[in-house]
Amino acid sequence: MSTLLTVENLSKVYTLGGGLFGPARELVALNDVGFTLEAGETLAIVGESGCGKTTLGRCIIKAQPVTHGHVYYHPKDQAKVELTALGKRDIKPWRRDIRMIFQDPMSSLNPNMRVFDIVAEPLRIHRVARGKELEERVLDTLAKVGIAPDAVGRYPHAFSGGQRQRIGIARALVLDPRLVIADEAVSALDVSIQAQVLNLLDDLKSEFGLTYIFISHDLGVVNYIADRVLVMYLGHVVENAPTEMLFERPRHPYTEMLLEALPIADPTRRKGRSKELKGEIPYLGNRPRGCPFHTRCKYAQDICRSEKPALRSINGSAQMAACHFAETLDLKGAYESSIGGGDRPLPLEGRAGEGVVL
Amino acid sequence: MAVETMPPLAETAPPRARRESQLALMWRRFRQHQLAVVSLWIVVAFYLVAALAEFLAPVDPAFYSARYTYAPPQGINFIVNDENGWRFQPHVNGYKSEIDPAAMRRTFVIDPEEIIPVRFFAPTEPYRLAGFIPMSVKLMGVENPRDPFYVLGADRLGRDLLSRLIHGTRISLSIGLAGVTLSLFFGIIIGGFAGYYGGLFDSAVMRVIEFIRSMPTIPLWLGLAAALPKDWSALQTYFAITIILSLIGWTELARVVRGRFLSLRTEDFVTAAQLDGASDWRIITRHMVPSFTSHIIAAATLAIPGMILAETALSFLGLGLQPPIVSWGTLLQEAQNIRTLATAPWLLTPGICVVVVILALNFFGDGLRDAADPHGR
Repeated sequence: MSTLLTVENLSKVYTLGGGLFGPARELVALNDVGFTLEAGETLAIVGESGCGKTTLGRCIIKAQPVTHGHVYYHPKDQAKVELTALGKRDIKPWRRDIRMIFQDPMSSLNPNMRVFDIVAEPLRIHRVARGKELEERVLDTLAKVGIAPDAVGRYPHAFSGGQRQRIGIARALVLDPRLVIADEAVSALDVSIQAQVLNLLDDLKSEFGLTYIFISHDLGVVNYIADRVLVMYLGHVVENAPTEMLFERPRHPYTEMLLEALPIADPTRRKGRSKELKGEIPYLGNRPRGCPFHTRCKYAQDICRSEKPALRSINGSAQMAACHFAETLDLKGAYESSIGGGDRPLPLEGRAGEGVVL
Repeated sequence: MAVETMPPLAETAPPRARRESQLALMWRRFRQHQLAVVSLWIVVAFYLVAALAEFLAPVDPAFYSARYTYAPPQGINFIVNDENGWRFQPHVNGYKSEIDPAAMRRTFVIDPEEIIPVRFFAPTEPYRLAGFIPMSVKLMGVENPRDPFYVLGADRLGRDLLSRLIHGTRISLSIGLAGVTLSLFFGIIIGGFAGYYGGLFDSAVMRVIEFIRSMPTIPLWLGLAAALPKDWSALQTYFAITIILSLIGWTELARVVRGRFLSLRTEDFVTAAQLDGASDWRIITRHMVPSFTSHIIAAATLAIPGMILAETALSFLGLGLQPPIVSWGTLLQEAQNIRTLATAPWLLTPGICVVVVILALNFFGDGLRDAADPHGR
């Protein structure tokens, strides 16, 4: 496998206020985020609301400018392109390779354009195809996501949520991209439709040879679709691990807390309620010193309050975590939660979309 | 569930929704607003009158007759009832002059004996409708041009008020349209730039708009209008007044446009277009503007009455359009003193026209706005 995307020391700082009425305040949405993405893998970015996962997606695709850091894209024939250094015009060719699927299928499709034109728009902008070829390509892509050709003259409001999301997927795929960033692509959909769309994404992945960055707050969905999971907290990456390892034995207390909060679908196994997440996320403009998670961590020691742990490989494995005690803490995974009993199966297998909404 | 087994769309989406654009939906909602629909017809009727002024006006608005100063309205009767029984014959009655013994003043009274037949599509001297269509008939006229024909009465110089009103409609309504068009042009460009790019330019534009709007309008207009050279031709004055009115009119429209741009800028479908690599121009013209054309139409419609009122007010004060240009404002100028009002109240008819048109345009604009944005009330 070859590397497709490298993110290094990425930070995003919003400046609030300033000017006449008092000094400006800084709000750090992303703090020194780094990871690499291999071609063909599905990376999930998870975390509570406000942890910076959407900002990260938008910074990678340059929907927002970054404050510090670099995003490198590795095209097939060229070594490295630094996306963060490119201007609006220079980045345009790479926009064909990196595409985005939006969360809300209601607002991401232009209500004044017919479905055909919505999907054809990227082809027209990049002058990839025209006339008969354009038509064929659009209808072909729409057929792949399950939109019948006789419906392409309609406006988005004539479609259901799941259908609209499939149109959004067609728009992302029509340019034959390599990387697709799906920002909460299924969270606005009904659970039954979620499974449909997830399976569609999975099918398309093998058909088009895609790589996904899958931003989600739904661990059930993540477990179903992702190869690797990036757990974010307050703009930091706290854990980065292959999905199985992460669900089996998390190395960061925050990940454990997320897994504990998963509800169990089978009532006979349920011995109590799922644990809800304790505490609140600190305000981003007023971040804690030391480990960002120490205010909510039940294992916190003095060192956690003063020193910020770095993201490091645990015992040389593929699992990385940012915790001072990552090696020594015995954290519980989704397979052996205290409430489910030792034989508790992974509650989500084969039933994507039933996971907890954090 | 595999891709192939997804349900075909034809079953789930109603075929009726097939080709409904935003404007079609807007029209459907608009039709449910009955007051607005009635107002639409009134507005259309007035603009038709403005367009067909030469054809509808019985005589030239400048044609005067010293014999019939302040002649009262004749009205039009359709039935003649004489010794031969009654028959259909459109006509007006002639005048008798009487001396009012109290005021020792000559007044006209309608003489029911004298019948002046009215012809529809009466031939006249050739003229050009709207300046380019050659015609030689008018909607109505009398057989003998020397007979008095004052359906709505006459003014101080014995000119036909109906003809003047019809020609005044053309000037007053077109100045509203021209002013709004000009305002719209500046409003969309300036407001669009401010809303799309934001930042310093946006702040600067908004402060300028606030400054302009904080100035009392009447003195400002008066000052500007007084600065117009007296020797300008009627056409020049007309355009100068239009520009003066638009100078303030654009601010409101610029605000509306800016607001729409600001709210659309963060919409996902605009972000999607940016991520497609679309140019700013393409995003604005293809993705943003079509989403608020309906709002712009509504805002523009609501701006027309303000223009008309402003022109009327300026002309009434003698600082807008000047005679011999006929507009509702210059017509009302003739009804300024109490003597006229007492002896010739029909000279206030232009005021009624103003009220009717302004109300109709406002209701029409409200209807459009509600139809454009059913949740925005």
